[in-house]
Amino acid sequence: MRVGVITFPGSLDDRDAMRAIRLAGAEPVALWHGEHDLHGVDAIVLPGGFSYGDYLRCGAIAARSPIMAEVVDAANGGMPVLGICNGFQILVETHLLPGGLIRNDHGDFIRRDQRLRVESTDSAWTNGFTAGQEITIPLKNGEGGYIADESTLDRLEGEGLVAFRYLDVNPNGSLRDIAGLRNERGNVVGLMPHPEHAVEPGFGPDTRDAMRSGVDGLTFFTSVLKSSVLS
Amino acid sequence: MPTIVVEVMPKAELLDPAGKAVAGALHRLGHTRISDVRLGKRFELHVDGDVDAELLADVEKVASDMLANTVIEDVVTVEVQGSSVAGETH
Repeated sequence: MRVGVITFPGSLDDRDAMRAIRLAGAEPVALWHGEHDLHGVDAIVLPGGFSYGDYLRCGAIAARSPIMAEVVDAANGGMPVLGICNGFQILVETHLLPGGLIRNDHGDFIRRDQRLRVESTDSAWTNGFTAGQEITIPLKNGEGGYIADESTLDRLEGEGLVAFRYLDVNPNGSLRDIAGLRNERGNVVGLMPHPEHAVEPGFGPDTRDAMRSGVDGLTFFTSVLKSSVLS
Repeated sequence: MPTIVVEVMPKAELLDPAGKAVAGALHRLGHTRISDVRLGKRFELHVDGDVDAELLADVEKVASDMLANTVIEDVVTVEVQGSSVAGETH
């Protein structure tokens, strides 16, 4: 399986995402924001970072870059698309996922190993988890406060589209502790925390067993291997 | 050269952490009569030639489609300045 990672000007975690894909057993493919070409990939990751310097709004200009026309078409056709942090911001700016992300309510950039509850396993990127599973992956953002109007929030909850919820603390003021969403079809997932930074022993969050041994993020990338039927 | 000014504000019902931070700083500096600050954006779009209805309609669309994310923000002003056919909306 070939999984594309799109690099935008200001992307930071594209290399980490490609490494995660390789560790999961798939072939990473570097894609460039300025092209109208997905190079025949089977799935796409929109990586974290600060595309276009977060100018206008986080993800707003990236969402309108050339390759995103192809990404939106592919997503609407069922191709798995994962947006991480800035990638999640890009997904809400393209309206592939509803709502918006605003500055953290406390005003500070935050970096912590964050506990999450997996609320939905019905997606291309979460099918390897068990429902209600608690995982820990890094979180690092300044504008991760998830907001949407009450009726949208109610619909998201009612239809089971909340994919991840923050546990212990709500790090950024996200409404209803929402850390990540999936779309109705389950092929598009976006979240603020970073699974690609918890895929390799020695470089992940601390666990009870050993320092930096957390690899909960790897399941995102192994999940998509099992979901290629979606594309 | 005419300029079209577009102003965008965070939705009134949503928290505006940036404005809140400014208000907090003002309070610390003793400006206690300022009770709240909301912080928005002003765009100045410079235009070659006159502003006609077609261009203005285009700018209004761009304002709500791209300059603002209407999930979290409102377009509060689309205003022409310095035009020979000064039209004005809102």
